[in-house]
Amino acid sequence: MLVKQLSVFLENTPGRLYSVTSVLAENDVKIRALMLADTADFGVLRLIVDEPEKTLKILQEKGYAAKITNAIAIEVCDSPFQQMQKILKLLSEQNINVEYMYAFSGETPGKALVVFRVDDLETAMEYLKREKMTV
Amino acid sequence: MYWNPKYECMPRDEIKQLQLERLRQTLERAYHNVPHYRRIMQEIGFEPEDLKSLEDLRNLPFTSKKDLRENYPYGMFAVSLSEVIRIHSSSGTTGKPTVVGYTRHDINIWSEIMARTLVTAGVHKSDVIQNAYGYGLFTGGLGIHYGAEKIGATIIPVSGGNTKRQVMIMKDYGTTVLTCTPSYSLHIAETIEEMGISKDELKLRIGIFGAEPWSENMRREIEERLNISAIDIYGLSEIIGPGVAIECPYKNGLHVHEDHFIVEVIDPKTGEILPPGERGELVFTSLTKEALPMIRYRTGDISRIIEEPCPCGRTSVKIGRIEGRTDDMIIIRGVNVFPSQIEHVLLEIGQTEPHYQLVIDRIGYLDILEVQVEVSEKMFSDDVKSLEILSKKIQNEIESTLGISVKVKLVEPKTFERSEGKAKRVIDKRKI
Repeated sequence: MLVKQLSVFLENTPGRLYSVTSVLAENDVKIRALMLADTADFGVLRLIVDEPEKTLKILQEKGYAAKITNAIAIEVCDSPFQQMQKILKLLSEQNINVEYMYAFSGETPGKALVVFRVDDLETAMEYLKREKMTV
Repeated sequence: MYWNPKYECMPRDEIKQLQLERLRQTLERAYHNVPHYRRIMQEIGFEPEDLKSLEDLRNLPFTSKKDLRENYPYGMFAVSLSEVIRIHSSSGTTGKPTVVGYTRHDINIWSEIMARTLVTAGVHKSDVIQNAYGYGLFTGGLGIHYGAEKIGATIIPVSGGNTKRQVMIMKDYGTTVLTCTPSYSLHIAETIEEMGISKDELKLRIGIFGAEPWSENMRREIEERLNISAIDIYGLSEIIGPGVAIECPYKNGLHVHEDHFIVEVIDPKTGEILPPGERGELVFTSLTKEALPMIRYRTGDISRIIEEPCPCGRTSVKIGRIEGRTDDMIIIRGVNVFPSQIEHVLLEIGQTEPHYQLVIDRIGYLDILEVQVEVSEKMFSDDVKSLEILSKKIQNEIESTLGISVKVKLVEPKTFERSEGKAKRVIDKRKI
């Protein structure tokens, strides 16, 4: 499944994360998953939310540098290694680079959702579909 | 193409000899006719005949806007008012206006300089020049006008404003050369697009832009949007008006008309003369002006001297693009830094309207310059790697421009206050 992931630029200083999540809370945005990448000076917060376009607008109005990027979400068994391996092998065979990934527990009991950000989204989607991965 | 090859391509040693002769005459005239110059020369025990070589010029004190204001309106004139056939003046927004005057000979010289300036920029007799510089007390309009008439081009004295009419004239009258400020040219470009006129309907081929600072990035944008060659022109009324220096089509510096002006670059803090290539304040001395001779006039403009020979064949030294004003200068580890230099780098990197702040601190005995840059929507990428590359690129470009190491920090948008007037660009935390 193609998901719209929201990315937000944050300075790496105390209170910045709180400030952005406060905006989200005030606007009743439901966060399904969250991941924070950091460097010494700044971080990029990545979010899967229920209404990405609306949330993007809210954040931009509040002055955040934010944008939507497409990522792939795949449901895997909660003991994921076999399935995960299969996905990663497939991507590697197609010479597709995984820029980053993160996982969270999905709505189906016993299953987890893994979010992949890859450099060649189209090819990745095509092969994953062909291999009948639940994407 | 040259207008006056004798002077434009004169061998260096002959230029220097000519400058020396003309400088001597200028000092004589100033000493005998302007009480201010006589006083400052007497104060240091200098007589015009003490000038033996061009190097002796450096012994003379500078002239500044302050001197012109103190001698307002005509105190610095070296001729009686009956000899003066034209007055121009500044708007006086930052104090008393500065008044400049021209004798008939001065107007002739200025026309000659402007003719040369236009031809250097690539203008021919057959061109149609739309002059959108203001006509009036400002020297821009009439300066271009007289030069254009001198070379026999067709001049349209439209002056500034009424952009739709400008576009209509440009299209219907077949304008080939546009002269105005660089920002106004972009406004015209926008209006052309809004009016649904295509670039093919215009005959425009050259733009001559000046009277405000601009960047290479802006040049590219203007050239692309108007489909022209954009040329940088420099001048100031105190020295003569437009035409003190002009780019040739090689666009690697502005040729100074050295048979009429001597250019120096000084450290604005110490007054010391800087070697070619180093950035500092431009200082001009007039060599042929009768009504208002100027000796070592401090322009407040930041640039550098370029001595490398130009492929166009002109032998004059050139000055670089104006990079800022001395009023904004900061000194870091002994190096003069102008916020505008950093702004230029950010513009080059592709930020249309960079918001940044310079934070200077002293840790131990070392000055640290941190450049904080707001991440715009356009710069932001989900990818941490590209943000780090961007930050590194900004750092490298700034370091190679300034010649000192800096730290670059990307910050969130709207971190810095937006003010109506001048933005606060510099936070100096040093305790000295």
